[in-house]
Amino acid sequence: MSGGDRKGERDWEEGTPVPLYVVTGGRTEAEDAQVLDLVTLIVARSEPRPGMRPEHVSILRMCANPLSVAEVSAYLDLPFSAVHVLLADLLAESLVEARQTRTAHVTAAVEPDVEILKALIDGLQRL
Amino acid sequence: MDYNDSELPLGPRREDLLPTSTERSVKVVVVGGFGVGKTTMVRSVSEIRPLTTEETMTQAGVGVDDLFGVERKTETTVAMDFGRITLDDRLVLYLFGTPGQQRFWFLWNGVIAGALGAVVLVDTRRLEDGFPAMDRLEQGGVPFVVAVNNFPDAPVYPASDLRAALDLPDHVPLVDCDARRLDSGRDVLLTLMRHLYDSATATSEAP
Ligand SMILES: Nc1nc2c(ncn2[C@@H]2O[C@H](COP(=O)(O)OP(=O)(O)OP(=O)(O)O)[C@@H](O)[C@H]2O)c(=O)[nH]1
Ligand SMILES: [Mg+2]
Repeated sequence: MSGGDRKGERDWEEGTPVPLYVVTGGRTEAEDAQVLDLVTLIVARSEPRPGMRPEHVSILRMCANPLSVAEVSAYLDLPFSAVHVLLADLLAESLVEARQTRTAHVTAAVEPDVEILKALIDGLQRL
Repeated sequence: MDYNDSELPLGPRREDLLPTSTERSVKVVVVGGFGVGKTTMVRSVSEIRPLTTEETMTQAGVGVDDLFGVERKTETTVAMDFGRITLDDRLVLYLFGTPGQQRFWFLWNGVIAGALGAVVLVDTRRLEDGFPAMDRLEQGGVPFVVAVNNFPDAPVYPASDLRAALDLPDHVPLVDCDARRLDSGRDVLLTLMRHLYDSATATSEAP
């Protein structure tokens, strides 16, 4: 909050050791390029195969039903960016499907969809 | 290699599986000062045992105490607790609690980017602790509601005094809560969703 904090804050950057892979829509610069979000749902499209990396096997197993990238990260006990790399490999080979990706250029909140908000209100009221 | 049996069973328990039809997910963040009840709220409303995800941030050499002018990299890890609420067979809500002691959570761009909205938790004994979080949300254009977590020994103020102290505009909802209770946390989330709904429908009806 003090003025002295500001400079320090600016020097930090998101620690992705690799760029966020675009999962659909071509290059990152493309308007509709999609990246994985913490809440993107991953669904396995294939059984694990012999010779696969153990992390890939684990992901394919745990994503038999949809599972968010955040949950995959938690269960594998790996940081988001590491999971992102593993998922990019699987996506490249169409071994998993990604639902609810995020537009690469979005840096802030999303414009909410009224139908989704209605479903959220209805669902929370049932809780 | 017998990968079928040698692996530890990683992943969700059977009762934590999402329906195969789940296709939409939304992200809400719970922010606020140190020890204000963020993790407690996430835990109260979550249907799964809260989990933790993290990301590593790197800082390029600043050179302040760098006698040799060598590029230095410092790393810090931001960990976030999160929980989940399944709304229906298509839609799931994830709730992320930012760490109060970690000054750099907002630099994990993936937290705010694409978020639907946020809950700012405040404690009336330390209202000013909520300011940094509110600043970040405003900068990121993330709509939020403010929830006063009623600790037993915290003073109670009229809403108008709290609004003034927090410099909160009238359109931002301000509610009381008990972060330990599911119904209370659910009501805070409902306030947020109704607020978003009202804003969305007001915008679309504007000429
Ligand atoms: N009486 C009371 N105690 C609470 C309430 N919410 C949280 N607490 C307690 O306050 C302490 C801090 O709560 P946490 O949920 O860990 O707070 P936090 O915001 O996640 O803390 P950090 O992540 O460290 O910033 C815990 O001991 C909780 O049990 C509440 O509504 N009422
Ligand atoms: Mg916490």
